[in-house]
Amino acid sequence: MDTLVKGDKLRKYFQVGPKSLLHAVDDVDVDIPRGTTLGVVGESGCGKSTLARVVLGLIPKTGGKLYFDGRDLDTLNKKEKAEYRRQMQIIFQDPYSSLDPRMSVYESIAEPLDMNHIFSKKAEKLDYIMELMERVGLAERFVNAYPHEMDGGRRQRVCIARALALNPKFIVCDEPVSALDVSIQAQILNLLMDMQDSMGLTYMFITHDMSVVKHISTEIMVMYLGQCVERAPSKELFENPLHPYTQALLSAVPKPVINRMSNTEILRGEVSNPINPPVGCRFAPRCKHCTAECTQKNFELVDQGSRHSVACRLFDQA
Amino acid sequence: MNKTTGSANGVKVVRKKKSRFREIWGRFKKNKSAIVGLVLFSIVLLMVIFADVLAPYSATIEPNIPVRLQGPSAEHIMGTDSFGRDIFARLVHGSRNSLLVGIGAVFIGMVIGGTLGAVSGYYGGKIDNIIVRITDMIMCIPMMLLVLTLVAALGSSLMNVLLAMMISNIPGYTRVVRSAVLTVVDQDYIEAAHSCGTPNRWVIFKHIIPNAIGPIIVQTTMSIGSMILNAAAISFLGMGIQPPTPEWGAMLNEARNFMIQCPYMVFFPGAAIGITALGLNLMGDGLRDALDPKLKD
Amino acid sequence: MNNTGTEQAILEVRGLHTIYQTDDGVVKAVNGVDFSINERETVGLVGETGAGKTTLALSIMRLLPERTGRIPEGEIIYKGENLLKADKEYMRRIRGANISMIFQDPMNALNPIMSVGDQILESLVIHNEEKRSGEELNKRVDELLELVGISAGRKHEYPHQFSGGMKQRIVIAIALACNPKLIIADEPTTALDVTIQAQVLALINDLQQKLGTSMIMITHDLGIVGKTCDKVAIMYAGEIIEFGTAEDVFNGEKHHPYTVGLFGAIPSLTSEAKRLKPIDGLMPDPTALPEGCKFHPRCPHCTEECKTGEPYLYQKGEAYIKCNLFREEK
Repeated sequence: MDTLVKGDKLRKYFQVGPKSLLHAVDDVDVDIPRGTTLGVVGESGCGKSTLARVVLGLIPKTGGKLYFDGRDLDTLNKKEKAEYRRQMQIIFQDPYSSLDPRMSVYESIAEPLDMNHIFSKKAEKLDYIMELMERVGLAERFVNAYPHEMDGGRRQRVCIARALALNPKFIVCDEPVSALDVSIQAQILNLLMDMQDSMGLTYMFITHDMSVVKHISTEIMVMYLGQCVERAPSKELFENPLHPYTQALLSAVPKPVINRMSNTEILRGEVSNPINPPVGCRFAPRCKHCTAECTQKNFELVDQGSRHSVACRLFDQA
Repeated sequence: MNKTTGSANGVKVVRKKKSRFREIWGRFKKNKSAIVGLVLFSIVLLMVIFADVLAPYSATIEPNIPVRLQGPSAEHIMGTDSFGRDIFARLVHGSRNSLLVGIGAVFIGMVIGGTLGAVSGYYGGKIDNIIVRITDMIMCIPMMLLVLTLVAALGSSLMNVLLAMMISNIPGYTRVVRSAVLTVVDQDYIEAAHSCGTPNRWVIFKHIIPNAIGPIIVQTTMSIGSMILNAAAISFLGMGIQPPTPEWGAMLNEARNFMIQCPYMVFFPGAAIGITALGLNLMGDGLRDALDPKLKD
Repeated sequence: MNNTGTEQAILEVRGLHTIYQTDDGVVKAVNGVDFSINERETVGLVGETGAGKTTLALSIMRLLPERTGRIPEGEIIYKGENLLKADKEYMRRIRGANISMIFQDPMNALNPIMSVGDQILESLVIHNEEKRSGEELNKRVDELLELVGISAGRKHEYPHQFSGGMKQRIVIAIALACNPKLIIADEPTTALDVTIQAQVLALINDLQQKLGTSMIMITHDLGIVGKTCDKVAIMYAGEIIEFGTAEDVFNGEKHHPYTVGLFGAIPSLTSEAKRLKPIDGLMPDPTALPEGCKFHPRCPHCTEECKTGEPYLYQKGEAYIKCNLFREEK
């Protein structure tokens, strides 16, 4: 499988004070083969949304290299960059705020087309927009509707149609279903998977919901405080989670079975401060396997075979 | 843009995209008070356009002492002033000057101030800081003082008064638009627009200004009336519009001394200012609501 | 429904209807809800957005928006007294002291300019019926903070100094301050991360066992229900369409088609299904609810019978399902 999106030691720091750097994304490698989905999971503040924006070039990165289709994006000139940007799109979490309330469905979907001067004839543009709406399962009568006249699921369909308008190769989905009810959520997840099958799309799927990420991803990356702590193919990760954080995360998910708090392992403490983090494993303060060594050196991702790698003292053969 | 296609179940559906303007007009015309506002303002506008047809300009400046201070009659339907000039003629011709000053100062102030506010709120950082500090400085100077200084320096004329009032209008708009923009700029749809390659100026004009339009319209319609009165105050101080040029504010000033004997002298110019301001207010509110698709049509 | 055994129903809701009168028409938010909750019991109210869960909770608390919310029909009986007939002053004393509420978003539920200790104290002072001294009340504040796992030394700190999970613990402490008999928790962990959610749920479970409080847990997450509830009520379009013990609803044989759909739509952590099975269609518009069974436009088993008249009420012990599918098994 050839790689479509590749990030090398991507890094994004935010200056939050004279001497305080917020390490939002810290040396994260990304590697997404064409036509697959990379799931990125983690809790709020782990840097997953920042990572998405860095990959898309919506915010400048502090360090690292980014390749799209084999080209280093830093070496491109402005025109080439615009060309590449067309091939990468994003779907946001909140379909209530990601559509301009003053724009009808038609205008929202037409915006990317207009901005890139795709159609000169209005009739052709209308036909194309109708085709997009049909593809995402929106009835024609919604063409003049405004966002506030639609429910969350339909709005998210508009966002998807809009993202598909420029025929992208790569779409970042930033928690696209977490604002939706379960029955609608399932509709949207099915739609995203159908689009992938029919158009060969590549996704980076960001979510905090373990069951959603398992369902949609080919490979999964678990993030904690700006770092990737574990990465494995979806099935492997769920059958054999290695990092203590991944294990805790999996057992914390409430499953729809009767389970009065019996076998759940409850993680103590809370996510520590991402400003000027100290050396050592960032999960150490909450980890039950923590030793002195954990707080003295950094741990890199180490390959454990079958594309499974983990950054933890327990699996650090070096 | 209409196209008929057969849909899956065989029923013919008309594909149609409504035009923006017709949609807004459709909502506007359902609002009764907005239509009243539009009618009132249209009357004033017609008066501006057909002033010369309604009354000769000469009647507004030439004194005619024998008929001074006469109440409304068939010959002078609004009566005459202290120099015997026909109040109706002065009112009709004065509308040009008053509206020019009132609306001109407000609209130019809105365009400049609004743009500055949008740029300031959208880009933030240093640009924002500089713009906010400068507008703060202008806001510190009382408007009258600013106008008097400018008119004294540049000479007393209608254009200079207009310029001075425009400058004093800018900071208010900058403030209003900036804060409106700040509430919009964090929204995801702005980021979504960037991600499909929309350039900054387009983002400002297509997404940010339309979503921030409510407070801008309110500020505009509210200030036109007071601008007309301010222009009058400036005339009263001997700057700006010089007698005998007709102007509503100046007419009110002249009538001041005769308020008790001849109330009609105050009533007609006052009513003209009131009707203009009322019409603009009603129209502005209607327009604000019509521009917002969230309100039911 | 009938109470079983010796357990005493602490709250009974009978035939409750709640409407909102808005400019767009009458929104029928709750349409004939019956359920009861016994002492030391947790009932889960499950449903999607717009199912009427929160409205039901606000109706019980009599906290509906005054200008629009109306309760045209029904009874809410708390300890033998119909709360819908009670006067405002009586209700004020009931709220907080006897029935208290935990809200979804801990960020908005706390006053940012009051120290957390003072906020807990406030509730104690308002309901200080035994005329306890200030010292005693302060001691109670310390006790409550320790109870929810926050050291009493932090009581002088302000809400912004606490994380989301900690804030929710404080909200719980406030809710528990006057030893209420019933707590209504409205999506108490939706705004929290999963690991923090697990901590808070464990705390709630633990406290409930220790203090013997009854609880109504409002949630959209069946996983949370499985972890905390004894009985479950599935709500759809303002009605409870299925009610039973957790065992009935999770592992029973007969289910309402909506319940089946709800379980089917959740991506599973354990199985390997490639496609999810969403429920077709959308929630009905509460200003124009469909005739007959409210679920019939989305139901795969819909028959002509379902389109008119009330659906059949299938009862088995305390459990019930409102669906015509089970009519023939009378």
